[in-house]
Amino acid sequence: MSGTFVGMPAFPEAAREAVHDATLRGNLRHATHTIRAKRAKAVAEVSDWATLREAGKRIKDHTLRRLDRYLEQLEESVTAAGGTVHWAADADEANRIVADLVKATGESEVVKVKSMATQEIGLNEALEAEGIRAYETDLAELIVQLGRDRPSHILVPAIHRNRGEIRDIFRREMGEWGRPAPDRLTDTPAELTEAARLHLREKFLRAKVGISGANFMVAETGTLVVVESEGNGRMCLTLPETLISVVGIEKIVPTWRDLEVFLQTLPRSSTAERMNPYTSMWTGTTDGDGPRAFHLVLLDNGRTDTLADEVGRQALRCIRCSACLNVCPVYERAGGHAYGSVYPGPIGAILSPQLRGTGSEIDASLPYASSLCGACYEVCPVAIDIPEVLVHLRERVVEGGQVTSRGDKVVLKPAKGHAAERAAMRAARWAFSRPAALRTGQRLASRTRRLHPRTLPGPGRAWSGTRDLPQVPAEPFRDWWLRTNGGKDGAK
Amino acid sequence: MSARERILGRVRRALADVPPGEDAPVERDYLRQHGKRTVEETVDLLAENLADYRAIVHRADAEELPDLIMRLLAQRGPQYVLVPPGLPPEWLSAADPTRVHDREISTARELDKVESVVTGCAVAIAETGTIVLDGSPDQGRRRITLVPDHHICVVRVPEQVVSSVPQALERLDPARPLTWISGPSATSDIELDRVEGVHGPRTLEVVLLG
Ligand code: SF4
Repeated sequence: MSGTFVGMPAFPEAAREAVHDATLRGNLRHATHTIRAKRAKAVAEVSDWATLREAGKRIKDHTLRRLDRYLEQLEESVTAAGGTVHWAADADEANRIVADLVKATGESEVVKVKSMATQEIGLNEALEAEGIRAYETDLAELIVQLGRDRPSHILVPAIHRNRGEIRDIFRREMGEWGRPAPDRLTDTPAELTEAARLHLREKFLRAKVGISGANFMVAETGTLVVVESEGNGRMCLTLPETLISVVGIEKIVPTWRDLEVFLQTLPRSSTAERMNPYTSMWTGTTDGDGPRAFHLVLLDNGRTDTLADEVGRQALRCIRCSACLNVCPVYERAGGHAYGSVYPGPIGAILSPQLRGTGSEIDASLPYASSLCGACYEVCPVAIDIPEVLVHLRERVVEGGQVTSRGDKVVLKPAKGHAAERAAMRAARWAFSRPAALRTGQRLASRTRRLHPRTLPGPGRAWSGTRDLPQVPAEPFRDWWLRTNGGKDGAK
Repeated sequence: MSARERILGRVRRALADVPPGEDAPVERDYLRQHGKRTVEETVDLLAENLADYRAIVHRADAEELPDLIMRLLAQRGPQYVLVPPGLPPEWLSAADPTRVHDREISTARELDKVESVVTGCAVAIAETGTIVLDGSPDQGRRRITLVPDHHICVVRVPEQVVSSVPQALERLDPARPLTWISGPSATSDIELDRVEGVHGPRTLEVVLLG
């Protein structure tokens, strides 16, 4: 993954700082609780939610287990529809391909619709280095970009900023990037939104190159799907002459019909709406409507390594709805930045260490950024068993073992005994000293689901040998802990 | 080795544990639609869900339509109205703003001067309150329903109305560029306060024609 977050402190330190930031915590609590309540209502409206969730899981698993075939089929159908497909094994390759495509148009500016894949590879920075300016056009991304900041939530990237901060950023920075903020801009959301509208419209109307990600790609038809609210996506996808979409290879679904599942579960899980305001679907290029050239860059960047892990590969089912962030008691207190990656929250805790490997301190500590309360699994519309993968990764960090890195099988040494133990202990102490975090998790977690990890977390072993266990204040973590005898038994 | 071969090779090695013959079709035991409704009830549900996401809903028969559109336009007093090439001419027969035809060479900047657009639609989904445009001659290029601030969309009921997302996908042609619209453009990015109209039209009016 990109260097954007390199140098981040490991999760426990970053989290410790964040929990002392009262503004951040207030913003986050308000936001996550609001979305959470709305989402529960939107989901309750659909009587077959459990069946849709199971179907989503099965479609994604089926696709992942035949990913080579579907990738080839997708390439064929996109090409037949007038698009050009490029393949990028890592961030550098993807950035190079995009930069060359932009340069070939003779342009030095691009408009972008929010895309986690391009954040992951650090595309904006790479383009900047080539003299190409990339403008983020999602309102929250604009706030983040103007504030020289990092996104902290998948869906509402500027969730950590309140209206006063946003007004200050707009007043201070907009002029640097284009049309300045109006004089006497107040901090009402309506005025701030209007300022963004005017500022960005200038860019849309002159843009010749648009860059996007995609929520889904249909192998059978070559159709790409972008789901959004504001219309900045539609602007970027239809006004420019050239459109470049950078998409992770896991975003495929086999058939047109498969969209019927995800178009029902994604909006309800993410923004708690029956349907998001805008969904755009395009298949290659269309004469007389939209971009004349369409390029699809298929991105690996650690995804095939993740696929090689039989337990961890389920993380690739993720449709980035962000529901797991909004229910996570640890995310709520620590904030998105503490995860040191574009993928925060529970999904980030299992995805980042798989995409990047567990070599760095932050990545080694991420599997501990959880109370294992299970709420994330409960809400996940594709039923990713995040606690199971967390425990699996903890074991990997501590015990080492065979993993795939850049396509090659390598044997990972146990993280140097003390370092791993230290990371684990720090994370555990951090969580245990905040009983409220665990209690919140407990209330949310259903008592019926299977919470028992398949394997024992490695640090359990490390602790049990050398020190007293920290006091564990809450169920059901304690249930589990007692049942497994403080980590000694290896019992299920 | 090309990146393509490298990635496909990695995928195949990563899936070494997956038995080769395994190819069970995905079961689809979820519902085709939620609940049983008469045709009128489906149309009512569409109206309700559209309004719930802050579209303004009107009803008219063929005779009333031109006057209704005239009134809706008069309320906003646009100087120019965008019309797709295949819009039934009688829809606008009572309205008098200057009609602008979206030609391929028109620039986005020219379109930006137009306040309102009137279109038909391909299909409307009752359960979600969504209209879908597929670029047919009565709907035009994607950009015309995006740049103006006011969109009037006419849905023929009941023939263009379906209950659910699965039923809508069945009717649509993936080879066409599709735009699904559920209420006006909106953002909740600032403290989760919903604000309408960031880039797409701030006002969406849907006329149920039937
Ligand atoms: S892991 Fe599940 S809940 Fe979390 S973002 Fe992905 S799909 Fe949504």
